[in-house]
Amino acid sequence: MKKVLLVVVALMLTIGLAACGSKNESSNNNGGTTNTGNANTGGAALSGSLLAAGSTALQPLVEQVSKKFMDDSKYSGITVQVQGGGSGTGLTQVSAGQADLGNSDIFAEEKFVDADADKAKELVDHQVAVVAMATVVNKEIAVDSLTKQQLVDIFTGKVTNWKDVGGKDQKITIVNRPSSSGTRKTFEKFALGTKSEDIQGSIQEDSSGTVKKLVAETPGAIGYLALSYLDDTVKTVKYDGVEPKEDNIVSGKYPVWAYEHVYTKGEPNEVAKVFIDYLMSDEIQNADVVELGYIPVGKMQVKRDAAGNITK
Amino acid sequence: MERPAANDKHFVQTANRARKVVKPHLVEEWVGKVYTTLCILVLVVTIGAIVYFVSSRGLTTFFSDGISLSGLLSGLKWDPEGDIPLYGALPFIFGSFSTSLLAALIAAPLGVCAAVFMTQIMPGIGKRILQPVIELLAGIPSVVFGFVGLSVVVPALRAIFPGQGIGIAAGAIVLSLMILPTITTIATDALSGLSAGLKEASYALGATRWQTIYRIVIPTTLPSLLTGVVLGMSRAFGEALAVQMVIGNSPHIPHSLFQSASTLTSVITLDMGNTVMGSAHNNALWSLALILLAMTFVFVFVVRFLERRKNR
Amino acid sequence: MNAKTADRIATGVIYVVSAFIVLILAGLLGYIIFRGIGHISWHFLTSAPQTIKAGGGIGPQLFNSLFLLVLTLIITIPLGLGAGIYMSEYAKAGRLTDTIRLIVEVLSSFPSIVIGLFGLLVIVNLFGLGFSLFSGALALTVFNLPLMVRITEQALKGVPREQKEASLALGLSRWKTITSVMLPIATPAIVTGTILAAGRVFGEAAALLFTAGMSSPRLDFTNWNPLDARSPLNPFRPAETLAVHIWKINSEGLAPDAAQIAAGASAVLIIMVLIFNFGARWFGRYLHRKFTATK
Repeated sequence: MKKVLLVVVALMLTIGLAACGSKNESSNNNGGTTNTGNANTGGAALSGSLLAAGSTALQPLVEQVSKKFMDDSKYSGITVQVQGGGSGTGLTQVSAGQADLGNSDIFAEEKFVDADADKAKELVDHQVAVVAMATVVNKEIAVDSLTKQQLVDIFTGKVTNWKDVGGKDQKITIVNRPSSSGTRKTFEKFALGTKSEDIQGSIQEDSSGTVKKLVAETPGAIGYLALSYLDDTVKTVKYDGVEPKEDNIVSGKYPVWAYEHVYTKGEPNEVAKVFIDYLMSDEIQNADVVELGYIPVGKMQVKRDAAGNITK
Repeated sequence: MERPAANDKHFVQTANRARKVVKPHLVEEWVGKVYTTLCILVLVVTIGAIVYFVSSRGLTTFFSDGISLSGLLSGLKWDPEGDIPLYGALPFIFGSFSTSLLAALIAAPLGVCAAVFMTQIMPGIGKRILQPVIELLAGIPSVVFGFVGLSVVVPALRAIFPGQGIGIAAGAIVLSLMILPTITTIATDALSGLSAGLKEASYALGATRWQTIYRIVIPTTLPSLLTGVVLGMSRAFGEALAVQMVIGNSPHIPHSLFQSASTLTSVITLDMGNTVMGSAHNNALWSLALILLAMTFVFVFVVRFLERRKNR
Repeated sequence: MNAKTADRIATGVIYVVSAFIVLILAGLLGYIIFRGIGHISWHFLTSAPQTIKAGGGIGPQLFNSLFLLVLTLIITIPLGLGAGIYMSEYAKAGRLTDTIRLIVEVLSSFPSIVIGLFGLLVIVNLFGLGFSLFSGALALTVFNLPLMVRITEQALKGVPREQKEASLALGLSRWKTITSVMLPIATPAIVTGTILAAGRVFGEAAALLFTAGMSSPRLDFTNWNPLDARSPLNPFRPAETLAVHIWKINSEGLAPDAAQIAAGASAVLIIMVLIFNFGARWFGRYLHRKFTATK
C-alpha cells in the first residue's frame, strides 16, 4: 500500500514538473525569435523577445535603451527584458544560451580562463560604450593629484598614511571593489598596472552607491568610481596630473577606462541584431550614452584589445 | 448491550459489516492521507534537491580544482584572482561565527528580559505593547536594516571607537536586532508554558519575585531559552544583505571589532554575480555555500540535542 | 544587599530593557518613516521609475511586490496546510516524524542567499522558467513553507480535544473532522500566522535578486490577459519587487534623487509591513469572533 502510494506520488511530481517546464517552453520565455514572415511592407515586422542579463553597471544604459526601443513603432513586436546579476552571470547565461545578450564590464577572454577558454571563442563581442573610472577621496583630504606609483603604494598597502603622499597626518582607508569585479580589474590593469590583494583593513564593496557613501563619510578614505557617479560629496583626484575628463579619455591621455560589452553567442540573430544596431546608432550613442555618463565608442581615438594593447 | 464474541469468526463478520458502513469514509480518509502525504513529500523533495545541488556544485572544488578541504577550512589567505589563486576560507568562517555569536550575546539578555517582562511582570502591557513591537521588528526587511546600519550604526561607532566604524561590531549590532524576535518569541513560549505550581511553591517559601525568576523560572526553562538563542544564531549566520553593507568585506581576520572583516554570506553575495559558472573561483564560492548549509544542519542538531535534554 | 532590594533592582532593570526595546523600534520606524514620508505622494506610488531623471516612482515595483505575494500564497497555502495537517494529525511519533520535523527546521533556517542561488540554478536555468515572477514565487515558497507548516501544526494542536473527539464519536471520518471541525476553529490562528509570514516575504530581497530578477518590463495596466507578455498579470514575466528596487537604487542608482527614492520606498515598505501586522491582528480577532460566536 505504502509503496504504491510512493510510486503514484513520484509519478505525479514528475508529471507536474514536466508540465511546468513544458508549459513555459510554449509561453514566451527563452528568447525564441519567431520571424513572422516578411509582410509585404518594405521593412519586415520583426517580432520576438530578447533577454539581456549581466553587469549591473551597464544595466541602467541597456534598460533605458530597451525602453526607447520598445516605444519605437518600428519594433513594436519585440520585447526586451533586461536583468542584472553581474558580469559573470551575464556571460554564463549567454554562453549557455539562457540569455540572448550578455552584458559585461570586461572582455569575456578575461572571465573564461583555463578550461573554459573555448567558451569565450564562441561569443561575439559588441562594444557599446566606454566607461572611465576616476580616483575619489574623502573631501577632507588635501591631495589633488596622485601619481601611478603613489596609487600602487596605497593600494598594495605600502603607504598607509596620507602624509606620505603629500597630505595631512591621517590613516588611509581603502574602499575597494571585490576581487571578482570588472571595475576593479580595469582599475588594477590601467591605473596600477599590477594586481593588488585585499589588504587587512580595506573595505570591499560591489556597488557604486555604497562605495560613494563610504568614501564620503569615512575620514581618510580613497576609492574609485565610474564618472557617472561623481558628485560633490566626494573629491575627484587627478591621475599623474591628468584630469579624468572626456577629451583626455578620448585622446588616450587618461588611461583608466574600459569598454562595456554586449555579448551574443555566435552571430546575433535578426532580433538581437536589430537591437544592437539600435544601441550603436547615433541617436542613442550621442544622447543616452552620454547622458548616463558613458563615452560613445565612436568618439575614441584609441582602441584596445583584450590583452590591453593600445592602437591609435 | 453486546454479547461478547463467541468466536473469532463472528467477530470478523461484525468487523466486516462495520467496515461496509464506513466505506464512503474510506475514500475520504484516503483522499486526506494522500493529499497530506503529498505535501510532506514536496517538502522533503525540496530539501533533498537543495542539498543535492549545492553539494554537487560545492564539491567540484575538491574534485576538479584540486583544493583540499583542510586547505579551504584552515587557509588564511583568500585571493582567488591572484597569479597563484589561494582559497583560504578561515577568515570568513571566523567572521560568520564571531558576528553571529556576538549578536546572540547582545540579543539573548534583551530577549530574555523582554520575555520575563511579558510573562512574569506585566502580562497586560506586554501583550498589548511589547509583543506587537517585537513582531514588527521581525517584519522589517533586511535591506532596510542594512541601510539603517550603514547610515546610523556605522557613523555612531566611528565616532565613539577608534577604527572605521564598519566591521564585526557593526554587523553584530544590526544582526542582534534582526534575531531579537526569534529569541524573544521562543523564550516567551517557554516561560508561559511553565507550570504555576513551581512558582507558587517558591513564593510560599518566602522568595521574592526576582529570586523565583532566577532560581526557578530561568533554570527550568534554560534548554528552551538556549534553543531560541541557537535558532537566532542560525538566522544571523545566514543573513546576507544587511551584513554585507556594514561589515567591510576584507578577507582577513580583523585586529579589532571595528576593522573590516568578512562573513561567508557577504563574500558569496559580493562575488557570485561577477564570476562565471564553472570557474574555480565560482566553485569555491559554492563550497562556501555548502559550508553554510552544513552549519545550518549543525545548528538544527544542537537544537535537537537541547530539546532532548529538556524532555528528560 | 537584601533580597527585597535585589528584587527591586532586577525588576527595574527588566523594565528598562523592555522600554529600551520599544524605544529602539520606535527609533527605527521613526527614522525610516520620517526620512521617507516627505517623498511619498500619489505620483510616487503610481509612476514608473526613472533611470537618470529625477521624479521616478515605484508603481510597478509596488504592484510586483503585492502580486508576487499573492502568487506565493497561492502556492504555499495548500502545500503548507496539507503538510501541517500531516504533521499534527497523521504523523506517527517516531523516527520518520522526527526526521521530517528536522527537515522543516532546516528549511526555515536556510540562508536566503543560498535559496536564491539554488533558484538560479534549478528554477531559472534547469526548469527554464527564466527570471520571472513564477520563479520568484517558487523561491519564496521554499522560505514560506516551513513557516506555514509550523503555524498550521500549532493552530491544530490548539483545537480543544473535546471537539475533535466529539466529532469522531459522531462517526465522522478523520479527514472530515479535520476539514469541517478542526480547521474552522484553527483558522484565526492560521490566518494571523500567514499574514505575519507574508510580511517577511514582502521584504525579502536576497533570494529574489537571482530569481524574479532586477528589472520590470513595460507593463500595460489596461491589459488584463494573464498570457500576454505585457500584461501585469503574466506570471512568466520578470519582476523587480520593492525590496529589490531599494537594493538596486542604493547600489547603482544614477538619478539625482536616488537617495530620496530609496528613503521613500523604504518608508512605503515599512508602512506596508505595519499594515500587514495590524491587519493580521484585527482579521484574526474578527474571524475568532465570527467562528466562536463570542461577542
